[in-house]
Amino acid sequence: MIESIYAPKIARLAEVRPMTELEKLFVIELPNGESLGHQPGQFVMLAIPGVGEAPISISSSPSRSNGRFELCVRRMGDVTGALHRMNPGDYVGIRGPFGHGFPIEQMRGKDMLFAPGGLGLAPLRSLINQVLDERGSFGRVIILYGAKRPAELLFRDELEQWAARDDVEFHVTVDRGDETWTGNIGVITTLFPKITVDPRNTVAVTCGPPIMYRFVLMEMLGKGIPETQIYLSLERRMKCGLAKCGHCQINHLYACKEGPVFTYAQIKNVPEAL
Amino acid sequence: MRLRILPKEQVPEVVCALMADYRVWGPKAKGPQFAFEPLYDAAEMRLDYNISILSPKVALQPPEERIAVFRMGDGFTVEPVVDAEPTVIFGMHTCDLHSLSLLDRAFSADFPDAHYLERRNQTLVISMECLQPCDEHSFCKSMGTWTADGGYDLHLTDIGDAYTVHVGTERGAALLDKYAQARPATDADMRRLNEALSAKWPRFTHRLNFDSAELPSLLATAYDHPVWAELGERCLACGSCTNVCPTCYCFNVIDSPDLSLTEAVRLRRWDSCQLDEFARVASGENFREARAARQRHRMFRKGKWLYERFGALGCVGCGRCIRACLVHINIVDTFNTIHASQHRR
Repeated sequence: MIESIYAPKIARLAEVRPMTELEKLFVIELPNGESLGHQPGQFVMLAIPGVGEAPISISSSPSRSNGRFELCVRRMGDVTGALHRMNPGDYVGIRGPFGHGFPIEQMRGKDMLFAPGGLGLAPLRSLINQVLDERGSFGRVIILYGAKRPAELLFRDELEQWAARDDVEFHVTVDRGDETWTGNIGVITTLFPKITVDPRNTVAVTCGPPIMYRFVLMEMLGKGIPETQIYLSLERRMKCGLAKCGHCQINHLYACKEGPVFTYAQIKNVPEAL
Repeated sequence: MRLRILPKEQVPEVVCALMADYRVWGPKAKGPQFAFEPLYDAAEMRLDYNISILSPKVALQPPEERIAVFRMGDGFTVEPVVDAEPTVIFGMHTCDLHSLSLLDRAFSADFPDAHYLERRNQTLVISMECLQPCDEHSFCKSMGTWTADGGYDLHLTDIGDAYTVHVGTERGAALLDKYAQARPATDADMRRLNEALSAKWPRFTHRLNFDSAELPSLLATAYDHPVWAELGERCLACGSCTNVCPTCYCFNVIDSPDLSLTEAVRLRRWDSCQLDEFARVASGENFREARAARQRHRMFRKGKWLYERFGALGCVGCGRCIRACLVHINIVDTFNTIHASQHRR
């Protein structure tokens, strides 16, 4: 039988953890204990048989794979809606991992500044946990996380761990608080004045809704971090993940092949990127 | 001596014989126009056609194809579907022949696509030299595609009551030997061939006001040209231009369940960058919302981006997008407008 690049592997939902009103974490096992073999920042095409397929970034770090990987998925459309109705033991289709992830080799020895906004934490968590698992190989670790409301904060148990660590500088903010929230209120850019960085020795990483990028980038560039050391993960519509179907094209770049992780230097003159 | 002679009266027999062993696609009349379709009767073939509505790409990347079957039950199974059969495409014009070389590169690059490539491997191409332009919209001479420089298994040129046959591949040679009695060309045949090709020369005119090799660099400084806004005002976002384009290969992947919900087919269907939702993500963000940006995207792919990726321009000068456009968007005029504004003295 001829192999098809469009035929997914059959994978099993090992665990489903509710996270917020809209997001759940899906822990997935490939058949026969096979490892996904991904890099932080890569994505998979997730298929629900008979419903369809969608690109989903991988939330877990390779350092914690243990024969499983994790997808943090917001309920948005047909595929993610069907996934949210599934239970542990159910089966999904997986193709990938695809795309160009974070070049972690080039980041070792550097200070790391992470600035995820909202669901942008999902792809960045794969890199954050990889860095924390190799903590000695990196300089400072700074995490600035912004969400709309306290109820939308993702991975709350891990946020607490990051906040408790004295080798992680963790700041979190919400656009609007609630009666229990005693922390920062304001958009993610309000966290930047709280930190100082050694710009040439800092790698900055961000992911979030499109509107967020230009403001966060201004903060990063404003601190003097070089354009080649600022990384973004971009979301696009994808139907193949294989640089063929054309949907994810950002001018001449394919988000599924050259991306989804780009440096700011790569895309600053690509008008459709941001 | 590789040139052979196939008398025209022999063509129906050859096609008939081929039909026994191959799926044979050829040009057929479709109302006042022509279409490449599977032949069921050799007499249907119209080698005197000017241009087909859709390019013969339809034989290699059909508008819709099954690429996998899911069977659901306790869990599910996936079976890839590679739907290929021995095929001959008969009478392909050279613009379309050039487009195949781009499609071959696109489907082989990075992750080889077995659905296209297996079909391609089982397909023999019998191309035909064009001795006159299809109509006023052809600009194949400007794109350098008005003749062939390989890529065919057999290549025919009309010399009156016969075709000269140039053998391009071993597979083509074997096909010719098995299905036709094509005698070697004589000096008289060669003279008729030379005359036919000499007469061809003045019938074709350049329609781009510059060398097509300049297109990538021309477009490099044309991203913000006012012509895009003007096209965006007119464009109906119908996708006709991409449907008829021989080098457009963008597609959608759709999983479609049957009524019993026990089986689903994964379909690959042509898609179009001109349609509103093409670049829209689940959150509703549309990265090419303006029609102007979508027309620019199409023309940049044709004139620059595919060239940079695959080393071949994405336009073969067939003129189909111009003929199909309901609001007369014209890629030649667009490129000439950009060229004129950049070369004003």
